[in-house]
Amino acid sequence: MSEMPAAARPVRRRAITEETHEGPPRATAYVCEAASCMSAQAHDITLRLGERTARAGLGDVEVKRVGCLGLCAAGPLVEIAETGQLFERVRPDDVEPIVKALKKVKPADTRRSQGPFFEKQVRVATENFGRVDPESLEDYLARGGYEALQRVLSEMTSAEVREEITRSGLRGRGGAGYPTGLKWTTVAKAQGTQKYVICNADEGDPGAFMDRSVLESDPYRILEGMAIAAFAVHATEGYVYCRAEYPLAVARLRTAIRLAQRAGWLGGGIADTSFTFDVQVRLGAGAFVCGEETALIASVEGRRGTPRPRPPYPAVQGLWDCPTLINNVETFASVPAIIRKGPDWYAGIGAGKSRGTKVFALAGRIVNTGLVEVPMGMTLREIIDDIGGGIVDGRPFKAVQTGGPSGGCIPAEHLDTPVTYESLIELGSFMGSGGMIVMDDTSCMVDVAKYFQDFCRDESCGKCVPCRVGTTQMWMLLDKITRGRATLADLAQLERLAGIVQKMSLCGLGQGAPNPIFSTLRYFRDEYLAHVVDKRCPAGVCAIEQPAEVMA
Amino acid sequence: MTTVYTLKIDGRDVAGSEGQSIMEVAEENGIDIPGLCHLQGIHDRGACRLCMVEIAGSPRLAAACMTTISEGMEVTAHSERLLEYRQAITEMMFMERNHVCAVCVANNHCELQGMAAGLGLTHFDLPRINPKVDIDASHKLFAIDHNRCILCLRCVRVCDEIEGAHTWDIMHRGLETRVQTDMGIPWGESTTCTSCGKCVQVCPTGALFEKGRPVAAGSKTKRPFLPWLRVVQEERGL
Repeated sequence: MSEMPAAARPVRRRAITEETHEGPPRATAYVCEAASCMSAQAHDITLRLGERTARAGLGDVEVKRVGCLGLCAAGPLVEIAETGQLFERVRPDDVEPIVKALKKVKPADTRRSQGPFFEKQVRVATENFGRVDPESLEDYLARGGYEALQRVLSEMTSAEVREEITRSGLRGRGGAGYPTGLKWTTVAKAQGTQKYVICNADEGDPGAFMDRSVLESDPYRILEGMAIAAFAVHATEGYVYCRAEYPLAVARLRTAIRLAQRAGWLGGGIADTSFTFDVQVRLGAGAFVCGEETALIASVEGRRGTPRPRPPYPAVQGLWDCPTLINNVETFASVPAIIRKGPDWYAGIGAGKSRGTKVFALAGRIVNTGLVEVPMGMTLREIIDDIGGGIVDGRPFKAVQTGGPSGGCIPAEHLDTPVTYESLIELGSFMGSGGMIVMDDTSCMVDVAKYFQDFCRDESCGKCVPCRVGTTQMWMLLDKITRGRATLADLAQLERLAGIVQKMSLCGLGQGAPNPIFSTLRYFRDEYLAHVVDKRCPAGVCAIEQPAEVMA
Repeated sequence: MTTVYTLKIDGRDVAGSEGQSIMEVAEENGIDIPGLCHLQGIHDRGACRLCMVEIAGSPRLAAACMTTISEGMEVTAHSERLLEYRQAITEMMFMERNHVCAVCVANNHCELQGMAAGLGLTHFDLPRINPKVDIDASHKLFAIDHNRCILCLRCVRVCDEIEGAHTWDIMHRGLETRVQTDMGIPWGESTTCTSCGKCVQVCPTGALFEKGRPVAAGSKTKRPFLPWLRVVQEERGL
């Protein structure tokens, strides 16, 4: 972490080794330098590895920092690109095995299978993860970067771009799943000379780190996706609204913006056309509600980040009352690939009305904690057991929480449900931005509901009454239940309140806040009853207060 | 030329011009839709959620003060379900801070109290949250008791939109939200406050009050000046 914050870092820093070797390197070591591995001294590993390979006379070996390699649980990770050999839990003082392996790499080597965690994934938004130096424009270009924008600017009309996105079936990856093509068309047709494109990178769900990883591992991709969107909706200015808690993501994004501007991929006259588009970064100051689009716009404008009722939707009246396109990081990250490989290719992946792939952040009691991208329609069981490697210590699976504080808990009997926007809603949960928190039998579901209610209570902006007061009242009731002091009347009150908060709240935060309660009540009512009636916590998590004995 | 729309509110045929909210049209036609953050003459913000109405064909409830009318709209402003929800919202407001009518300067002249009575709310089931909040009596004429504040922000809006002083604003979030004067300094030390008293006039409860006299002795009942001031402002192009 000695290098952070990264503001003072040199702009370009590709290979650590001395570049005495002519031609492409014989072997390359990719060192994951995303936030998770960075926090475990990944940068020291890069430096040490460079030093050791140089000392060992390996002039034809490149040591390169890359974005997230995905398997965060086993970090820090080093991969040998040519063989696919993966070194896990590397320590800076123990890089000799990697140096030895690098020595052995032969030109004829092919990548070998890396196991189901990698093999079962389909990478679209994350295709450059672990392959490019996040800050290197050359790396991005070498992997087909800016081909899509080039094609859009030279061969397509804005209507054709919108048509391709519509045909791809891409839907908003921020969670609600609004059809992206439709949103783009609405903004394009909205009246107004000035239009804006905003990238929503205010990822705040507990256990979610998809957007952070995309920004840290492949920032140019977001800029390209935003530029394509801007062309499609006739916008000239863009904002990335990123939370300040992601310093590495912000630093890399800023570097990418600077280098893209310098290379003519941002700013005036992009790729020698008349198309003009520039991007600025805006930092969120830690309010979860600012991920809601109207609150986000208020925050970008410099006002207090509180939502307002919609309509009018931002597509018609958004930033500074101009038509504004707001998409999530992952949505923009999917756009260049769709343009490059064609909408039919993208629409060919997925199931039902959910096309393409989705990035999930696996967290909780799962072996392979990390970042995965899977085709829509894959079952939860495949994601958790095959890719995720099952539950830690072989304990029994209890539930998976998706969709963050607006989502719900899905129990074991529904593990074979294919993951789509619709199926998750049917199960009382929500796609959300893609956080998946896996729980085993050591988790108490009432306690989980209480945790999320506490989160919503804390993050409520305080504007509307049902959210400001209702979330606290629900949390108080849940607290009462977990302390074994509640009655069945309290449980009924909780359900009634949850319904009212859902119906009456102003924005998605309040409307979604009761969801964890609804879903746990739906699948784990017996646990609630155990707390309320039997005064015991089946998972042994809650501290039930024993009633004081009364002397007769 | 403005387009005129006809619509139904609670089965009654009414007409309104383009851009008007359901609330405005209802007010013009003598249909009472409850609301505490709404006040004629200042901009609406749709925060108290008491004016939520059902609109035929829409799965969601909408705030009457923030929803503009359209042709053929069918609005249900009063139903069993809405009454239940409104009672619950009013109860939440009462249980949030320390509202004790019997010892309040605004007793019998309080819109929150009136709301509860009007909705037939007889008792409360929810527990009190009662966060510890302060009283600021540093201003020479007025005082604010945050215990009675329901965060309707009429004071903030009237100060900004009508008086043009913007002394009032809000700070913090969730239950910690408070109205504040001049970046959180005591009201009496505010350099922007003109002591006009408009905030006291528009406060629906006894949170803002004139020192030394109960609300009954003041003039917190009807506020005909607000819409009038708004018209004057607009005529002058302010």
